Amino acid sequence: MDFLRPASWEEALAAKAEHPAAVPIAGGTDIMVEINFDHRRPEHLLDLNRITELSEWEVGGESVRLGASVPYTRIMEDLRTELPGLALASHTVASPQIRNRGGVGGNLGTASPAGDAHPALLAAGAEVEAESVRGSRLIPIDAFYTGVKRNALAPDELIRAVHVKKADGPQQYAKVGTRNAMVIAVCAFGIALHPGTRTVRTGIGSAAPTPVRAEAAEEFLSAALEEGGCWDSGGAITPSVAKRFAELASGACNPIDDVRGTARYRRHAVGIMARRTLGWTWEQYRRSGRTLEGAA
Amino acid sequence: MTMRVNFTVNGRQQQADDVWEGESLLYVLRERLGLPGSKNACEQGECGSCTVRLDGVPVCSCLVAAGQVEGRDVVTVEGLADFARQRAEHGHGGRQRAEHGHGGCATGACGTPLQEARRWSAGGTDSQTGEGAELSPVQQAFIDAGAVQCGFCTPGLLVAADELLERNASPSDADIREALSGNLCRCTGYEKILDAVRLAAARQGEAV
Ligand SMILES: Cc1cc2nc3c(=O)[nH]c(=O)nc-3n(C[C@H](O)[C@H](O)[C@H](O)COP(=O)(O)OP(=O)(O)OC[C@H]3O[C@@H](n4cnc5c(N)ncnc54)[C@H](O)[C@@H]3O)c2cc1C
Ligand code: FES
Ligand code: FES
Repeated sequence: MDFLRPASWEEALAAKAEHPAAVPIAGGTDIMVEINFDHRRPEHLLDLNRITELSEWEVGGESVRLGASVPYTRIMEDLRTELPGLALASHTVASPQIRNRGGVGGNLGTASPAGDAHPALLAAGAEVEAESVRGSRLIPIDAFYTGVKRNALAPDELIRAVHVKKADGPQQYAKVGTRNAMVIAVCAFGIALHPGTRTVRTGIGSAAPTPVRAEAAEEFLSAALEEGGCWDSGGAITPSVAKRFAELASGACNPIDDVRGTARYRRHAVGIMARRTLGWTWEQYRRSGRTLEGAA
Repeated sequence: MTMRVNFTVNGRQQQADDVWEGESLLYVLRERLGLPGSKNACEQGECGSCTVRLDGVPVCSCLVAAGQVEGRDVVTVEGLADFARQRAEHGHGGRQRAEHGHGGCATGACGTPLQEARRWSAGGTDSQTGEGAELSPVQQAFIDAGAVQCGFCTPGLLVAADELLERNASPSDADIREALSGNLCRCTGYEKILDAVRLAAARQGEAV
């Protein structure tokens, strides 16, 4: 095994081009478990800790460019206003020690269907900035997850940052697990209201081979809100609309039975979380005076 | 292949040789530097018994690759008493020290030498009460509150609790639970541990 320690982003890209099988290590909270248990023996480990810009973020007009290695602790403490959904999701990850090291770049690299960043990114709207010596590209988050623990990165690419849309309305994140700390999601649900475009976006975790959006539910709800003039009036969402939204969210699942829960339970729980988080965010929207700034 | 890793441990520059590239910081501390205070219980980030400060930040040392600590600053439970004393005396806690780069205190008087750290024990004149021993306030509070049973979880809890009190002088119960949520204890049922942190916070408040 070789331990590569690039001092700059350019050096890291060059190393990845030279050794496409090299395994990047950021917080190490996924990779080191595999190495400690001898599940993985890569030829090269590519340490990203020395590349300071990966731990930095920039707040732009439309979105936040979040460096791949910004730890969850920073997201939940410093980006609550801009990225409320991702901040809530970050807070549910593991423990303080893990949140001090792990970040969204590693979550995307692992691309586990249970990763907590994914539903929040899907709901907020995001693009993954992938780069190689060949150049840089933005991968829409909807196209990033390609299979169980598979993603759209090319072998020579690294994640430089994630561009996450700044919240223009309330966002929520809910996760089912056996306790609060240190729990991998049985299933999870993220929702973001986008009053600017009068749309609603969602993300579901741990209930399909990849993180997915509940698109039929989103379309149904957006149409129902438009039809009822609810974005302007702040009118209540009727129980039948909420119920239908929940059913469609359940329908977007394609879960499996495993040690953490059955497929049937997951479908059911996603429906419940969809209904509840819709209730919370819509209440927040109504109370916030329906300004475009929304509420965090 | 193996490599050499240079980093600061408890304020003193150290060098570990023959380090395998996939090795964890925890392994280097225990097996190469002879510092067994940080415990190895799960090696998967679940239990927190290997918690150390890396550039001031609490992390599971079992999930940090040894090569990632090159040039960085680590505090282990063996150095906690000196670390806490120096913080109280001239205010260099982990964060400030990290900004100084390696080496910790410029005078070289601070920190815990490796030989001392290896021998470090809470002995004193009475190992039950900690009397006569040089303990950090958090360590003393753990003894006084009866928060130590088998002791396997204790080093990690001490490091995590000390960092909490550094950042938050009067934590609520919710703050304490949150800060210690990554540390498992199979003996105490946690109540005495919560008591210990409350006690340390209260004493810290009186001292100011
Ligand atoms: C005890 C424990 C509890 C956990 N609980 C949760 C939880 O509740 N929710 C959750 O979502 N996750 C959880 N995890 C998993 C893990 O903490 C997260 O997936 C975390 O986001 C990984 O980030 P990292 O920086 O530590 O990744 P690393 O382990 O460093 O890397 C993970 C993967 O991403 C790749 N990678 C990292 N950075 C880049 C980059 N810039 N470009 C390309 N590839 C990259 C690596 O090669 C590797 O394949 C837990 C882990 C542990 C040990
Ligand atoms: S040994 Fe590191 S967390 Fe358990
Ligand atoms: S005292 Fe035994 S595990 Fe905590």
